Amino acid sequence: MALERKLLKGNEIIGEAAIRAGCGLFFGYPITPSTEVVEYLSAQFPKRGGTVLQAEDEIGAIYMCYGAACTGNRVMTASSSPGVSLKQEGISYAAAVELPMVIVNVNRCGPGLGGLGPAQSDYFQSTRGGGHGDYRTIVLAPSKAQELYDFTMDAFDLADKHRNPVILHTDGFLGQTMEPVWLKPRPEQPELDRSWVVDGAKGREKRVLASYSLTNEIGEANNLKWEEKYKHIEETEQRWESFHAEDAEYLIVSYGTTGRISKSTVLNARAQGIKLGLIRPITLWPFPKKAFEPILDNLKGIVTVELNTGQMIEDVQLATKCKKPVYLYRRQGGMLPTEHEILDFVVDTFNLTNEEA
Amino acid sequence: MSTEMQKVFGRSAGLTDVPFSFCPGCTHGTIMRLIAEVLEELEIIDNTIGISPVGCAGFSQNFFACDFIGAAHGRAQAVGIGVKRALPDRMVFTYQGDGDIAAIGTQHAIHAAARGEKITSIMVNNAIFGMTGGQMAPTTLDGMRTSTSPYGKNTATEGFPIDMPRLLANLPGAVYVAAVSVDSPKEIAKAKKAIKKAFKVQMAGLGFAFVSVLSTCPTNWGITATESLQWLRDNMMPVYQMGELKVTEEVAKL
Amino acid sequence: MMDKVVIAGFGGQGVMFLGKVLAYAGMDADLELCWIPSYGPEMRGGTANCSVILSDEEIHSPVIDLADAAIVMNMPAYEKFAPKVRPGGVLIVNASLAKVENPRKDITVVYVNATDLANELGAPNIGNMICLGALLPHLKLVDNSKIEKVMAKLTGKRPEMLAINIAAIEKGMSL
Repeated sequence: MALERKLLKGNEIIGEAAIRAGCGLFFGYPITPSTEVVEYLSAQFPKRGGTVLQAEDEIGAIYMCYGAACTGNRVMTASSSPGVSLKQEGISYAAAVELPMVIVNVNRCGPGLGGLGPAQSDYFQSTRGGGHGDYRTIVLAPSKAQELYDFTMDAFDLADKHRNPVILHTDGFLGQTMEPVWLKPRPEQPELDRSWVVDGAKGREKRVLASYSLTNEIGEANNLKWEEKYKHIEETEQRWESFHAEDAEYLIVSYGTTGRISKSTVLNARAQGIKLGLIRPITLWPFPKKAFEPILDNLKGIVTVELNTGQMIEDVQLATKCKKPVYLYRRQGGMLPTEHEILDFVVDTFNLTNEEA
Repeated sequence: MSTEMQKVFGRSAGLTDVPFSFCPGCTHGTIMRLIAEVLEELEIIDNTIGISPVGCAGFSQNFFACDFIGAAHGRAQAVGIGVKRALPDRMVFTYQGDGDIAAIGTQHAIHAAARGEKITSIMVNNAIFGMTGGQMAPTTLDGMRTSTSPYGKNTATEGFPIDMPRLLANLPGAVYVAAVSVDSPKEIAKAKKAIKKAFKVQMAGLGFAFVSVLSTCPTNWGITATESLQWLRDNMMPVYQMGELKVTEEVAKL
Repeated sequence: MMDKVVIAGFGGQGVMFLGKVLAYAGMDADLELCWIPSYGPEMRGGTANCSVILSDEEIHSPVIDLADAAIVMNMPAYEKFAPKVRPGGVLIVNASLAKVENPRKDITVVYVNATDLANELGAPNIGNMICLGALLPHLKLVDNSKIEKVMAKLTGKRPEMLAINIAAIEKGMSL
């Protein structure tokens, strides 16, 4: 059957991908600019089979996800920055009980109520385990419609594979923009271990899913177990796109909307003879440290392009062990840079007008 | 004449072999046993998922023979709703304290009732946060001394006790609401009947069922076990409306 | 090849719909495209704008700093977006509502009395399509035949709307 190409809003694409990934449960609470996810599923699930519930609040929604995830079913919630802050306790619990679930954060700018414009101000929150305790969530950062679709599907697979919450880290610009998307079928997935699922103890021993450590010794053993899992994920799941980075002398590191804008910057720079490249992290956690090893020696300098006061820049400095200078170009409060503004910054920062032109 | 002895009383199949770890005189164990007996009698032990949050109620994860999920403080009903929506044919119950359901998790209780969620919630009301050492709860009585109301709860500044059953009975989705006690054999029998009905409501898919059970906390009340039962009768029963507060027509037919 | 178009006006002037017509025409022509609404607090009334990028290759940056073409349906839209047309680009002005003095000399400015003409056609809300008609000859990647096809789909549930939309587009093209 020919693939279907459809024009949808980014948030609707997330909903469509979730349905096609076999997710039949959604618990959410409306908040701009993520609301179209719950709206889309509210319209689609009744027709296509699935349960959508608008919870009393964000906290209720994340704990409904927690309960549903305990049954071994695919479940998703979607929200935007302040709403995701409210969910953090539940995400921490889900990480501790090792529950697969997908949490969509259509970032708005903050702090506080902030604004609705595109931002990446929740980078730290997403990549450091945004709630209490020492845990990590896998974080995927799409940059266009097709990736919203593909990464939503990947998010479910990764959540199942590692029994861990996965965050789809996007922004209002991607959420509200309509772009064509190929509705690809879900790739075959390996049979999953369901020996942990709580669904009634018929014909087996009872099971308990809970996260309390009665003794410090148990507590440490748990932390070591999770640490091992996180290390394994860090080793095996780093993803990034390398765009003209192989021979780059100057490098942009940027993800999501700005990662996409930066591609135009790179092409413009190359047209002017500037050897500019881009590493676009796809997994924000685990951060794609491996991307830098093969190209680092050749680089004269790095610029991170972010929609915050400079958060990912710390990961770039760690990944490159500060061997090369790293500069920040950022817009905030919902503003987006143009490809030209980024290039101007690169040119100014590395004094390229004199050197190259 | 046979010398063989007949077993007339034993541990309910709804409970595991793990011995209760509650303080002497605490009635949590009695309430748990009643639930376990109901699960056994209704033959739903292996089709039931229980959810309990933190606090003394949290221990139930080890005591019940059915599958169990531990929730965060106050969130048991939201978790239960997630389970029930995922597996509508399973029985789901929450076992929560008053500190849990009447304070940090009140919104979930109210909305579970408003939406008529098909789960059963048991609230154990001992007018105090028990496990953490006896802090004031929204159910703490006027003048009652707790570690966070050491001079006695002052309703002018700290509010009046919340009567959750009365609150929830107002909502159409709550089809069965009862307030019972386990301070005497007679009350225990009534409590079991109410708990059983609350599960039957769920089995029939009628809506949200809520049973509040008055319970003692002699340790944190600072009195003996025997005194605590009388204290409950004298002080809690006059404040909290007792009996079946809400029985819809459909529930009455069960 | 790329067409970057900005459309702006009051809420209710069919700004978003105009953009969607272009977007669906792009879909129909198997183009790459972005339809980008203004979704900030502005969406609750006041001015509305959206932009559409049509392209025959992958669209990297969706941020338009200088547009190939802009349709401005009222005076505030003119003031905001006339400076954002690239030199050599096209500006379609709803002259019924935007009284323009000293227009830019480095762009093509097309004046369309869209609101008045819409009233003459007996459909006051159809000014957006008249402006679209005026824009079409200046686009590289979609033409009237593609728009007509898409319009039939978009008005599928209300066939009487098809004729009036087509008439309005043709009116705009004839100017």
